[in-house]
Amino acid sequence: MSNEDADDLAWERSAVVRVTPSAKARKLAKVPFVEMADGRLQGVVSSGSDIARVYVSSIAAETHAFSCSTNNNRPCGGLTGGYMCKHLQSLVAEAVLQYGNERVGQFLGIEGDDLNAGLRDGSKESAPAAVVFNRFLRHLAYLELPARNAPVPEMQWFPAGAVG
Amino acid sequence: MLSMHLAALTDGLPDGVDDASALVDGFDDALTHGLGRLGEPQAAALEALAAALSAAPLGPAIAEAAAKAGSGSPSEDGLGLLAAGRAALLGAVHDALLGRFDTAAGRVRAAWDEPAPEPPGGTNLLAGARSWLHEVAVTGWRGVGHDLVSAVDPTVEALLADPGSRRIAALMDGLAAELRASSPVATMARVPARRWGDLWSRPMLLTWQDGASGGRAEPVSGRLLPLGVDVHEHPTAVQIQVHGVLESGEGKRLVRASVSAGKVDTIVGPAIWRLLDDFPVLLAALAGQRAVEIDGMPLLPGGDLLWSEDAADLGESADPFATARLQLDEATAPPVPPLERHPVRIAEPVLLEGYRVDGGDLVLDDHRLRIETGNLPGSGPLTPELVRASSTCVGLVRWDAAGWSLRPLAVQAVVKKKPVTAHGGEWALGPTDPKIVKAQAKSGDAVAVLRERAGRLLRK
Repeated sequence: MSNEDADDLAWERSAVVRVTPSAKARKLAKVPFVEMADGRLQGVVSSGSDIARVYVSSIAAETHAFSCSTNNNRPCGGLTGGYMCKHLQSLVAEAVLQYGNERVGQFLGIEGDDLNAGLRDGSKESAPAAVVFNRFLRHLAYLELPARNAPVPEMQWFPAGAVG
Repeated sequence: MLSMHLAALTDGLPDGVDDASALVDGFDDALTHGLGRLGEPQAAALEALAAALSAAPLGPAIAEAAAKAGSGSPSEDGLGLLAAGRAALLGAVHDALLGRFDTAAGRVRAAWDEPAPEPPGGTNLLAGARSWLHEVAVTGWRGVGHDLVSAVDPTVEALLADPGSRRIAALMDGLAAELRASSPVATMARVPARRWGDLWSRPMLLTWQDGASGGRAEPVSGRLLPLGVDVHEHPTAVQIQVHGVLESGEGKRLVRASVSAGKVDTIVGPAIWRLLDDFPVLLAALAGQRAVEIDGMPLLPGGDLLWSEDAADLGESADPFATARLQLDEATAPPVPPLERHPVRIAEPVLLEGYRVDGGDLVLDDHRLRIETGNLPGSGPLTPELVRASSTCVGLVRWDAAGWSLRPLAVQAVVKKKPVTAHGGEWALGPTDPKIVKAQAKSGDAVAVLRERAGRLLRK
């Protein structure tokens, strides 16, 4: 057995290994939520002018079709013609900070390192904002869970910073 | 821990550990493959697991479940039995390894008194979780894709909202996050079969036994001397587990205090402490290396304090290295509740002194122990460089497929000819390293930003 095979076998037989890299710290003020889920890079971008308004922006993997609207489904004024608005640009930039260029590029199906160039083939589409917005609310709800003082022995499988 | 202790610990594996692990590997391969489409080798692996347990009370039932699964139609009850069989084998491995540690290190451990059984919770939520776990097992990890992962979302959401189900909720949420990031699993180069087997069988068992607290808590009073803190986190949960020595009328005992909170993936590193600001005394004790005066705090038989700020007062300075040097050998270790017995649960505090670090190993005389420099938490000041430069360490002895290892909680090192001491919990009230303070100021307060967004958007 080669060293590499032996390493693979030990990895497969270990209880504590890192399956996915953890997200990197980034400024959350402008783009509080980014995720790669349901075949889209999607997220929520806070409005620069109205503190109570947010934009829901998304880019489909492979086709790169993009959309941006408020959480009440009002189209984004910046999304004219075939160009991405500043919300979508922020979404991509923050996704790169959080996941790294490589993972984002892989998810979106872009060859090469230049994501912006790779996304130029996309065109505007309308995607429902409600689903993504609800996922954002669900995300925020984690912070509302009351802290607990009883042990959760199962967290032993998730040591901070685990690598493997 | 002296070099002779280390020698006794690492002198081969206890009998039976390899055999039991091989049986679990067979089960995990079957789970990777999918119990709904077992080939001959996988069916044989399930039979072998059942055969090894034939003398156990559940033996005949497990044999029947294995036969049924082998024929391609496992029932939910049958999968529960197979999960119990797998857990029994790993429980035996745990007992052998912990026994080896106790003998090697001279640790005295109290005996477990089986508490009266508690009535099962058995809510609809748990039935929902069980049915998803059944589907996953039938499909096999290799068949898991986005649709199957998303199907568990409503169940996890409901479990999270139920305070009594937080254990299973945190576990299934962590598993779902890994599966989501790995979907479709068929494209993965390798599957973490043991890990996912664990993360599947524990919740399967919890759907029958969740809420079982591991016995009745008794109030204790005395002085808690913290040794260090172990941090656990996945994208949506964080737990800090403080290990310490409790001095009370009944002598010295090793105890742990664990507090946990919900989080999101963008809250990482030193920001996690902010999520635990309901526990100011505990955090202050970690940040300042102080003792805590405890008055009537509940303690579970497994050695877990149910942390209550009302029953805790910040005490005098208490250097964890001094505690480890003077108290650790005299402290009685708690027994491990049967349902928690699994090698991953082994986390025994020790003090190691006068060693050198060679590659990834700590070396004391000729004896080596792998030191976990690759997974130091970002929430504290411990770095691989610091650990490599250290010669004294308070840490946790752990075990995994690669053997015994040490997870450092605090180190004393010499860096640029100056002595340096670093404790993992030093930043519990905020980072003390100017570089980290600056980096945090630049990225802003993630917890505050998200709480503001939640306040504005969630309650509309």
